[in-house]
Amino acid sequence: MTNSLAEIENNDVLFVIGSNTKESHPIIALRMIKAKRKGAKIIVADPRRVPMVRFADIWIQHRPGTDVALLNGMMHVILKEGLFKKDFIESMTEGFDEEFRKNLEEYTPENAAKITGAPKEKIIEAARLYAGSDRAGIYYTMGITQHAHGTENVFSIANLALLTGNLGKEAAGVNPLRGQNNVQGSTDMGCIPNMYPGYQRVAIAAIREKFEALWKVKLSEKEGMTATEMIPAAEKGSLKALYIMGENPVVSDPDCTHTIKALKKLELLVVQDIFMTETAELAHVVLPGSSFAEKVGTFTNSERRVQRVRRAVNSPGIAMKDSLIIIELSKRMGYEMNYPHTVEIFREIGQVWPALAGMSYARLDDGGLQWPCPTPDHPGTQYLFKGGFPRGKGRFTTVMFKPSAEQPDQEYPFILTTGRQLFQYHTGSMTRRVKPIDAISPEAYVEIHPEDAGALAIEGGSRVKVSSRRGSITVKAVVTKRPAKGMVFIPFHFKEAAANVLTSSTTLDPIAKIPSFKVSAVRLEKA
Amino acid sequence: MVRFTLDDQEIVVPEGITVLEAARRSGIFIPTLCDDSRLEPFGGCRLCVVQVQGIPRLVTACTTPVAEGMRVQSTNEEIERRRRTIVELILSDHPNDCMVCEKAGDCNLQELAYFYDLRTNRFYGQRSQRLVKDQNPFIERDMEKCILCGKCVRACYDIQGVGAIDFTSRGFTAKIAPPFEKDLDCEFCGQCVSVCPTGALMSKQSLGKGRQKDVQEVDTICPYCGCGCNLTLHVSRNEVVRVTSRPDTINEGWLCVKGRFGYSFINSPDRLKTPLIKKDGKFAEATWEETFDYVATRLGAIKSKHGPDAIGGLSSARCSNEENYLFQKFMRAAIGTNNVDHCARL
Repeated sequence: MTNSLAEIENNDVLFVIGSNTKESHPIIALRMIKAKRKGAKIIVADPRRVPMVRFADIWIQHRPGTDVALLNGMMHVILKEGLFKKDFIESMTEGFDEEFRKNLEEYTPENAAKITGAPKEKIIEAARLYAGSDRAGIYYTMGITQHAHGTENVFSIANLALLTGNLGKEAAGVNPLRGQNNVQGSTDMGCIPNMYPGYQRVAIAAIREKFEALWKVKLSEKEGMTATEMIPAAEKGSLKALYIMGENPVVSDPDCTHTIKALKKLELLVVQDIFMTETAELAHVVLPGSSFAEKVGTFTNSERRVQRVRRAVNSPGIAMKDSLIIIELSKRMGYEMNYPHTVEIFREIGQVWPALAGMSYARLDDGGLQWPCPTPDHPGTQYLFKGGFPRGKGRFTTVMFKPSAEQPDQEYPFILTTGRQLFQYHTGSMTRRVKPIDAISPEAYVEIHPEDAGALAIEGGSRVKVSSRRGSITVKAVVTKRPAKGMVFIPFHFKEAAANVLTSSTTLDPIAKIPSFKVSAVRLEKA
Repeated sequence: MVRFTLDDQEIVVPEGITVLEAARRSGIFIPTLCDDSRLEPFGGCRLCVVQVQGIPRLVTACTTPVAEGMRVQSTNEEIERRRRTIVELILSDHPNDCMVCEKAGDCNLQELAYFYDLRTNRFYGQRSQRLVKDQNPFIERDMEKCILCGKCVRACYDIQGVGAIDFTSRGFTAKIAPPFEKDLDCEFCGQCVSVCPTGALMSKQSLGKGRQKDVQEVDTICPYCGCGCNLTLHVSRNEVVRVTSRPDTINEGWLCVKGRFGYSFINSPDRLKTPLIKKDGKFAEATWEETFDYVATRLGAIKSKHGPDAIGGLSSARCSNEENYLFQKFMRAAIGTNNVDHCARL
C-alpha cells in the first residue's frame, strides 16, 4: 500500500476494484465501513456481488478480465470533462503524451460499456466521483492481478491515480491489499528470483558485489525462476531438486494435475511445514517446522508495517524453529550462518536494506513501524511518494484492452473465477483443522446464477461436475445472484475438490508470471 | 479546545468529546457497563451518572458533551448511592453463579458488585431463565446473564456492518436476539463476544479451558491475511485457549472469524512432530541428524552433477521476515542460485 490502513477512514472516495475486501481482508473492510459512516462514497467494481457491494454508492459489475476497458473508459471521461489534475501531471509525472491520450480516445463510455457489460452511465458516474474528490484511494487485490494481463491492469490503476493526482498525499493512493500475513515481508526480504532483499536487482553488478562482500561468497549473476516457472522446469527435468518451506503448491498452484506430475519427477523434494500437506505427501523428506505462535521475529503487513511476533507456546515433538533448520542445513552445505539470536538476523536485514535500518526490536515493541525507516530516530513512513517518486517522475503507461487468453466457447461456455471465502484460508491446511470453521464451511461449492442454473436444470445443493481443458471436479451447487450470468465462482480452499484442477498453468502474465486464476473457461453439468 | 472543571481539576480537552471520555483521558474513573469509546454513546446502563453544576438532575457522562466552563462532579455520596442501586437492580435479575461462570475474574459486573460490596440484594422478583439453545459452532449466548447494554448490537451493526442481532420485546421480556429469535447466522467475527461486559456471550472453544487469571497473555500478529491484526494469545498449559485483541492497535481490537476463532490448528494432533524420510514409498521417522545429513548430501550431489540452477527454493509468506531472509540467503549463498520465490502470485 502506498498509504496506511488508518487513513482509509479519511478517504472521501474509495474505489475498490477486484477485491472482496469484506471476506478476504475483513478488518480492512471495517475501516472502509467506518469511512462510509463518516461520509465517504464507495465505488465497488467487481464481477460478483461481493459483500462490500452492500456499502457501495456505485457498483460496477464488469465482465471478468475487462478491467483495462473499465479503467480506460473512466480515464476517457476524466480527460474529456477536464477532471484531471493538470498541475500534478506537469510537475510530478511523465508520459502524459499524445500516444497516451490518443489511446484513451477509443474508450468512450459506450465502447467501455460494450466490452465490460457495465452500463455506461455507471462508468461516467464513477469517473466523476473518483476524479471529483480530493482524497480518493484505490484498493485492489487478486481480482486485478491474477490475469494474463495482470501487470497491465496494475499499470491502468497507476494511470488513473496519476491522472487525478491521488499519489503522494494522505488518505489516497494506490493500495494493493496483501493476501497473506507476511507476503509483503517475503518479497521485501528478497524471496524473489530477480531481487536481493530490499528490491535490489540481481542483474546490477554493483549490487551483486555489495552482497558478495557482505555475505563473503560468490553469487550467481543469473536471475532465477519464478514459482510458476519452476514447476514446468521440474516437469521438463531441468530442475532436479526443490526445497519448499511452508507452502502447498499442489493446492495453490494452477493446474494441480500438472503440478503433481512435475513434483513427482524431482530427484529431491524437501518440504518443511507444520502439517502433512498435499505437497508434503509427495516429498522425499519432510522437515517439521514451527507455527507463528512458537517463534520470535517480525511480520510486515499490507501497509508496510513491521510488527513483532512473539513466542506463546512450545513446538510439538522435536519440531524445530524454521530459522534453525535453515542455519543447520546451510552449515552442512558448507556455508556457515552465525546468528546466536533472531535479533541478529533482523540487524543484518537493516544493514543490507536502508529502509529497515532505523528499526530495532525495541522500537517495534510499541505497535511496529512502517518502512522506509532509515534512521533510529525516523518515525517510519505513513504514506509513500510525498514530494516525489523514487524513479523521479511517475510514469504513465499506455495500456490497451486485451481479451483474456481463455474465452468461453461452445464447449466451455462459462467463465470461472477462483478466490477466497470468509471462513477458510488459502489451501486450508490451518483453517480446515479448526473444528468450528470446518463445521460452518465444510465443503467446496460453485456459485452459479439462477438463470444459468435453470437452463442446465441444476438445483441448489445438488452435485455439479465442473470441467475445464485441464480436468474436472464435482462440487455442490450454490444458486445465487452473486456471480453475473455466464460466470461461476469456486473457492480454492478445498483439496478434495480443488479449484486448481481447473485452472491453467500456461496462461501467465508475461511480466509478473502470475496465473490467470480469475478467467478460465469451464463447462457445468449435473453430476 | 474546551476548558472545564472535573472534580475541582481544570481540564482542557478537544471540542465535542463526552464527559466520560474526558474523564478517561484525565485518569478519573467513572464506572460504565454500556460504553466503549469505539462505539456510539448509548446511555443505557446509567452507571456513569455525574453531577453538572446548574443541572438539577444527574446526567450520564457518556452522552453529555463537554462544554466551556462546565463544572462536573464525578463522585459524591448521592452519585455513589445511585450507582450502587443500579448495580443492585441489575444483579436482581442475574444468576449468582460466579463460581462456575467462565467470565469470573474478567467480568465488569462482578467487579462492580465487589466495589459496591453487594452481599445482599434489596430487590427480588421474577428472573430471566437460562436458555442456551444456539447450535452454531462459535458463540454461546447465555441470555440469563445479559444486562442489555447493547454493546454487541452496536458492534455488529455499526462496526461490522452486519446487524445480525438487535433488541426485541419490551420491559422484562426485552432481550437481544437474531431475527425471530433463531440461532446466529452471521460472519462469526466475535466482535460481540469481545465487547460483552458479562458472561452472556462466550466463545464455545474457550469454555472450561481456564479463567483469565490462569492464562498468560502474549501479544503477537495474526497468521492469516495481510491486515496485520494484533492478537493477544491467551495461553494455558502450553495451549492457546483464547484469542483477543487490544483496542489501541491498528485493528482497533477488532478481529475476523479466522483471527479470533481459528487458532486451534496450533495445538492440532496432526502437527508434524518429527522429521520424516521416505523409504520405499513410505515415510519413516528420522532423527534430525540423519535428516540434515540426508538432505545436505543429496542437495550437494545434485549441485555438483547438474549445477546450482538445478535446485530451486520456495519460501513462505506465512514465515517471518527473519526466516525469509535466511531462506533466500541459503539459496543464494549456500546453494548458489537465484531460483528462489514464494507464493505472492498465488
